Amino acid sequence: MKRLPQIGWLADGKRLHLQDGPIDLIVACEGGAADMRAAYAAAARRFTGLLDELCAELNELRQAADPQRCTLKGVVARRMHAAVAPFAADHFITPMAAVAGSVAEKILGAMLHAAPLDRAYVNNGGDIALHLAAGKQFSIGLIDRPDRLGVMRTLVIEADDAARGIATSGRHGRSFSLGIADAVTVLARTASQADAAATIIANAVDLSGHPAIVRRPANELQPDSDLGRRLVTRDVGELSHSEIARALEAGAACARKLLAAGLIEGATLRLLGETTEVGTSRIERRPAHLFDGRAA
Amino acid sequence: MSDATAAAGGDKIRCDACPVMCYIKPGAAGACDRYANHDGQLVRVDPHIVLERTVSHGGRLVPFQAGGDWDGTLVREPEMFVTAIGAGTTYPDYKPAPFIVSSEIDGVDMVTVVTEGIFSYCGVKVKIDTDRYLGPETATVRAQGEAIGHVTTSEYGSQMLSLGGVHHLTGGSKKEGRVTCDALMDLSNCKPVELTIDGGATVVVQAGYPPIVNGVAEERMRVGCGSATIGMFAKQWHGKVDEVVVVDDHITGVLSEHQAGKLLDIPDTGIKMKGRRSTPGRYFQVAEPGTGWGGTKISDPLSVLGPFDPKTAKPGMTMLMVSTTGEHAAYYELDEALRPVEKTMPSDLRLSVERIQENCEPALCTVLFMGGAGGSLRAGVTDNPVRLTRSVKDALTRVTSGGAPVYVWPGGGITYMVDVTQMPAGAFGYVPTPALVAPIEFTLKLSDYAALGGHMDYVRPLASLKDAEFRPMLTPGRRA
Repeated sequence: MKRLPQIGWLADGKRLHLQDGPIDLIVACEGGAADMRAAYAAAARRFTGLLDELCAELNELRQAADPQRCTLKGVVARRMHAAVAPFAADHFITPMAAVAGSVAEKILGAMLHAAPLDRAYVNNGGDIALHLAAGKQFSIGLIDRPDRLGVMRTLVIEADDAARGIATSGRHGRSFSLGIADAVTVLARTASQADAAATIIANAVDLSGHPAIVRRPANELQPDSDLGRRLVTRDVGELSHSEIARALEAGAACARKLLAAGLIEGATLRLLGETTEVGTSRIERRPAHLFDGRAA
Repeated sequence: MSDATAAAGGDKIRCDACPVMCYIKPGAAGACDRYANHDGQLVRVDPHIVLERTVSHGGRLVPFQAGGDWDGTLVREPEMFVTAIGAGTTYPDYKPAPFIVSSEIDGVDMVTVVTEGIFSYCGVKVKIDTDRYLGPETATVRAQGEAIGHVTTSEYGSQMLSLGGVHHLTGGSKKEGRVTCDALMDLSNCKPVELTIDGGATVVVQAGYPPIVNGVAEERMRVGCGSATIGMFAKQWHGKVDEVVVVDDHITGVLSEHQAGKLLDIPDTGIKMKGRRSTPGRYFQVAEPGTGWGGTKISDPLSVLGPFDPKTAKPGMTMLMVSTTGEHAAYYELDEALRPVEKTMPSDLRLSVERIQENCEPALCTVLFMGGAGGSLRAGVTDNPVRLTRSVKDALTRVTSGGAPVYVWPGGGITYMVDVTQMPAGAFGYVPTPALVAPIEFTLKLSDYAALGGHMDYVRPLASLKDAEFRPMLTPGRRA
């Protein structure tokens, strides 16, 4: 029998959960009842078999991306490549750096193709593709430590903003990071672009050779990691105030370059309780307890 | 690559749960965080992962057509039953169970709380339909050389094993715990497991299948003990044979001495049995237990006889010897020296042997999973766990496991037993604790659920589940 993804509603009955292998999506939309049904059905339909499509090209997706040329065939695989290509000349980056955002974007695209919607989001483990009809907005909660409870702050994205993608990268997530950032959250025009950029900026938040930072070759932890023998951060000990500032500034400098190049709309960088922002004036520093824990 | 890395690389396994096909190192999880390498074995770990995440997971829900005979002191059986398999669980638990489902049946709101319990206090009780000697009572039962349980007191026509339990799971070596957990899970998932018994036999046990004792598949349960067999067949033997001995390791019966023979005026034959006479025609311990005739270790039935008494016995007298299953049978005539000599069995006696066979039920292994729903599991169901226990004892709450009916032990806690062949295939999983993961569902009236401190905020209507992708279930069911 064909392997089918897990498709079910979350406990609130309002958010659809799609899971297949390592992909976990939380999907929600607003609009007319029939449109919502059509959109959810389209999400489930498009999700089925998506992982198989990706895995057919998994070996190539795990290789460093060619900045000029894309030989990948799948729609999502090509989107992944397109998202990382702008960084590939200057950095080691594989299309896998944009896999979560690209999948989220693809599913959202399928939903919007099926029906007009007021608002919709596809959240792929923190890498989120958004849709906003005119006049609508989303408020987004930022969490610096996904392994802990509590929202750091919120930001509002309005229909007039260019950002339709949000992604977070850091050393606590499911993927390995070459840097030491607890979390780098990036707003970009698309989820796949945000995903790739968050990876690059989080890698840049670093203090090379610092003794308090524990690093291990990625392939010792995960034999088939696309990062190969590159050292990934396993632990960050005590850093002085100035060291934290220096590491954050290294990341912020990278983010400013990407902002100037039009690759991102903004970024928030977090390390050991300190925060630096680049181009994200809209972030509200409102106390965490006011936030109700939902993405919308 | 260093030697250490190369060696570690040799221990990695490849997960085939999804097309990513992750290589996973020992102690690590794959890209999905759902499958992990535990001592070289691929295990599902999501029950633990779920609890560590704040996001409520939409685990896969499985409809199961429950055809039970619950007479419904409250209401009828729901048409669609949601089992807990794949629901995921929380442990140690302070969060609501993964699914609390309400459905309206005959106008009464019913709540089914489905969860997957992690049972470190659990085991299986195995009933093996055989009279063959499997080993002495209390002897250690091993799988892959590790002690996983013991032989317990035998039951009618069956040998009983008690396997698992918290001491073998967590009280011994790491390997003992892992092997015990593997064996329990395989037995509970209706897979065959080879067990060796100290000072006894090797037996392959599979729920719903005949046991294989020392390489030989058992076919039938005995019709009764040797004495009972004499009682049942005395009339059919009367007039066709002078003496019948039903060989049994428990009570061997002798027709001419037995009360049933006396009632038919069957004359004495001068037969002399070995063993200890219990009452007339009933003998204990005619031979050592074994896997030969009637659960004894003998292959030559004449070895249970002493010499015939020349004062009573006469040359030409006939004798049938048969085991309690009819599987072994031989026919003898006494020669001039009053020694039994085997002859071809007359057809009417062969018919009686076949009748014994016909009356023996097929020998099966049955496996009952037994586990206790601890405080933490119950807390996932209500915020006042002891009220759930009381509600179960008061029969207000019905407990099922994978949709199968269970027997709940009286006394403290919710300790239940369930026939694993009644459960959907692959219902059991495990976590590296080691402990078994088994589905458990609690069904009760919505109002009762609220009264016992249920997590009302988490109750969701059954209708909301129908949109979910349902996994087709394989139900092994009962074998004939």
